[in-house]
This record gives sequence, C-alpha cells and structure tokens, in this order.
Amino acid sequence: MGELKLMKGNEALAEALIRSGCDGYFGYPITPQSEVIEYLSREATARTGMVVLQAESEVASINMIYGAAATGRRVATTSSSPGISLMQEGISYIAGAELPCLVVNVVRGGPGLGTIQPSQADYFQATKGGGHGDYHLLVLAPYNVQEMVDFVKLGFELGEKYRNPVMILADGAMGQMMEKVELFEQQTRKTSFADWATNGKPKDKERRIITSLFIEPERMEQVNLNLQAKYKAMQENEVRYQTMNTDDAEYILTGFGLGSRIAMKVMELAREKGIKVGLIRPQTVYPFPYQVYKDIAPKVKGILDIEMNAGQMVEDVRLAVGDKTRVEFYGRMGGIIAEPDEVFNYFEKVFLGDK
Amino acid sequence: MTEEAIFAGFGGQGVLSMGMILAYAGMIENKEVCWMPSYGPEMRGGTANATTIISDTLISSPIISKYDTVVALNQPSVDKFEGKIKTGGTIIYDATNILTPPTRTDIKVFGIPGSETAVNLKNIRVLNMVVLGAFIATRHTVKPETILEALKKVLPERYHNLIPLNKKAFEEGMALIKN
Repeated sequence: MGELKLMKGNEALAEALIRSGCDGYFGYPITPQSEVIEYLSREATARTGMVVLQAESEVASINMIYGAAATGRRVATTSSSPGISLMQEGISYIAGAELPCLVVNVVRGGPGLGTIQPSQADYFQATKGGGHGDYHLLVLAPYNVQEMVDFVKLGFELGEKYRNPVMILADGAMGQMMEKVELFEQQTRKTSFADWATNGKPKDKERRIITSLFIEPERMEQVNLNLQAKYKAMQENEVRYQTMNTDDAEYILTGFGLGSRIAMKVMELAREKGIKVGLIRPQTVYPFPYQVYKDIAPKVKGILDIEMNAGQMVEDVRLAVGDKTRVEFYGRMGGIIAEPDEVFNYFEKVFLGDK
Repeated sequence: MTEEAIFAGFGGQGVLSMGMILAYAGMIENKEVCWMPSYGPEMRGGTANATTIISDTLISSPIISKYDTVVALNQPSVDKFEGKIKTGGTIIYDATNILTPPTRTDIKVFGIPGSETAVNLKNIRVLNMVVLGAFIATRHTVKPETILEALKKVLPERYHNLIPLNKKAFEEGMALIKN
C-alpha cells in the first residue's frame, strides 16, 4: 500500500503530477484550482527538477504545452472554465499534431466569467470538441480525490499510448475538498523519447516535423482518417466505468464526477426505503460507455441522470438507450450543487409518482 | 458509524480548521473521511463552513441535505442550519455569541459558553478547540487523544508552541459537556 495522506483535490493532483515524472507545467492561476500552481511552485522543481512556469495567459500556457509536448516530454496544464475556453485553439492544434499532454479543467459555473462555484457545464466542450476540427480528447472524470491522483498517472499513460491530448474533467468541489488518498511511488522522469519527438536532429537521423498544417486536402483527409481510427481504438479499448448495485436494480441513477457522488447518496436514501436502485458512473466520458447503458436499459424501469448543468451527458445516455427505457434528468446550474434530498424527491415524483 | 457534520461561523473563527482536524483524526483512526469547505462569496467577510464526514464505510456525497450535527459559532449559522439537522440530531452553538438560540425540540441542543471559555484562557483564537472539545464529548466521533495527534498535523510547525494552550482549550471544551 502506498503512502496515505489527507489532501485537497487540487493539491493531490499537483502531487500526482510531480510523482508521475512530469517534465513541465505551464499554467495561469484561476479559482477554483490555483492551489495546483501554488503547490507545484513550492514543491516540484526542488524534488524532480521539473519546470513550473506561470505563463502570461492561458493562451501562452497551452502553446508552451504544444511546444514542450513536441519534444516528447511529459507536460501538463491546469485551469478552470474561462481559462480552458482561451486554450481551445491550442488544444485543437495539439490534437491535430497528435501530441500527448494532460489538460485539467476544474470546472466552475458559466457561461462567461461566471462564478467560482462548482459546475459540470463544460461536458460538451470537453467531450464533443471545444476547438475546431474533427478531434476528440480522451476525457477522464474523477469522482473523488483518489481519482484526481490516479487519473494523472493514467492520463499520461493513455496520452502517450494514443499520441493524443488527455483531459481531466473535474469541478470546483473535487478541487477544494479533502479526502484520504493513497499516493503512488515517485516515477523517474523520462530519459529516452518517442521516435517522433523533435528534440534535436543528429546528422545521421531524418528530420522530424510536428505540425497541424496540411495544405493538400488529400493529405488532410488522411490525417483525419488516422485520427478517427485512433478514436475508434479508444472506444474499443479505453472505456472505463463503475457500476454499483446494478444486479437487482429496477432503476438506475447516473452521473459523472460530483453528480455521481450525489447519485450515490440518493441510491442510499432509496435503498433505505426498499427501492431497488443501482448506479452507473462513467470514468471516461470520452470514450463514453454507451454499451453498459444499452445493456441495462431493457432490464430497468428508468434512468435518472444527475448533473450540475442543463443536461449534457444525458444526451449520450439517451443515445445509448434509445427508447428501451425512460431517461429523466435532474440538474442545477450556475454553481449550485443539487442536494441529495431534492434529487430523491424528484426521483420519487417522476418514477413513483403514481403509487 | 457515519457522522455527517457541518462546522459554521464567521471567517477567522477557525471553523474550517475544526473540520480539518476532525478529518485528520478520522484518517488516523483508519476511517473514511471527507472535508468540503465553502470557498465561494460567503468566505469573503460573511460566514464560512466545512462539511465534514467521518465514516466506517465508503462516503457518498460530500454535499449533504440533512446533518447529524451542526456546530454553529455565529447567529447566521444557527439561522441557516438549524432546519437542516436530522430528527434526533445535535446542534452545538456558542452561547456567548448567539443571542437567539435554536428552538427545535426534536434535536439535542447544547449551548456552551465557548467564547467566554476562550477569553478566560486569554486567547479568543482557541474558541474552535473549545467547541471541538464539546463536539467530541457529545458525539465521540473519534478518541480525544486522536484529535490532539491530528492537531499537530494541521497546525504549521511554527505554531507548535501553541499546542499546550490548544490542548487546554480542547479539554475545557470537553469539560463543558461533561459537567
């Protein structure tokens, strides 16, 4: 068993960046995730020699990530919603150039400058594009502080496996709350680099070019076909989710991240009353676990999805189940977090109202 | 055992630390713990609070509709959270500060002279340890000695000279309930 600590989500994530042998962090502070750069500034360089740099803006940080990732190094940036919006151009370039990197969004309420309170309103942006062009990030949605740690290590590994940017889609609550975490061992920083890395050209090696510019449409289409093949492979191999109490379930609660934590509590409240409720919690929201919903739909009377937005992941749930069962949605917006009791009341109203 | 508590008061009264010390203590005793602070606009000059959950089993939501225990160090916290206590639950409040006490009859109400005790110890800043003492004497969520062990972890080393005073405050807080 690794080292156990009580840590804030943001600090645990920063610690995981150091321990995963990250070579560089480029970021710009924004609530509710400024603890990440604060923690790294204090700890990282002295411990591993990792670069920690506060850029002049989010636009600068993501382009520093683009450049550093092109050298084959492990690099990461973190921000919150408005900052992530600023980064979208760079993220699209990184996806187009097929570079691995880790981008963390500790989501706050929007749109616009919004509020600093927790929200999940950036689901569409994270999973359906965000920037321009037909690309996807691989998106991991932590539901506790432990996953804020584990998904950093996993995120780097998956990013390098697929040469694709990876996003951790958290929220203000995940960043600010403290829980018990088990930390993995310090990984050594890389000393050898991928065969595509632009880290110096010896005379006897061929020139390597990293770009997202392909003027000839035939070539650009081929790049797109390669990307799509990669996304298909992710859908086949990287779908991750957790189920609880689904064996005898008559109803399913679902949600990602904080939404799934509230769903867990609602499940407890329902089970106390003898209502057979189970839970499905996607850990990857791209690729989305369509199959698990599709399989369970004919066996249950309904699914209630809980999110801190106007209903975003619920579109994927509906796509998965079609007309095989009822799909209902409960959400709060703008930084308000739904309380378990109000969700339970809604559940009773929509599913058990006629009893 | 699951304890779903909230510690609430003015910013600067140490309510966030109270919850954090309890969470640390829970971890030392190998329990599941979750500490969720308010960090929004209310932190800037108004009320602050920290939901703290200690459990023998996996903790579900960090957001709670109804608490087992509310610890309130100012009037707005009593007004805000009295209605959010489970039937049979507990409220502990600082009777020195709070002039309109809770009125519910289906909960256990403990008004303790927290600020008065802290002032008698010549340091109002130990109010949170006095009240945490009262909390532990009422709820027995963790062992008293574990709280003192956790205090050493939470308190930055440069303040460790204040540990004896904090210990005294904690013990006097426990005595307020026992007597």
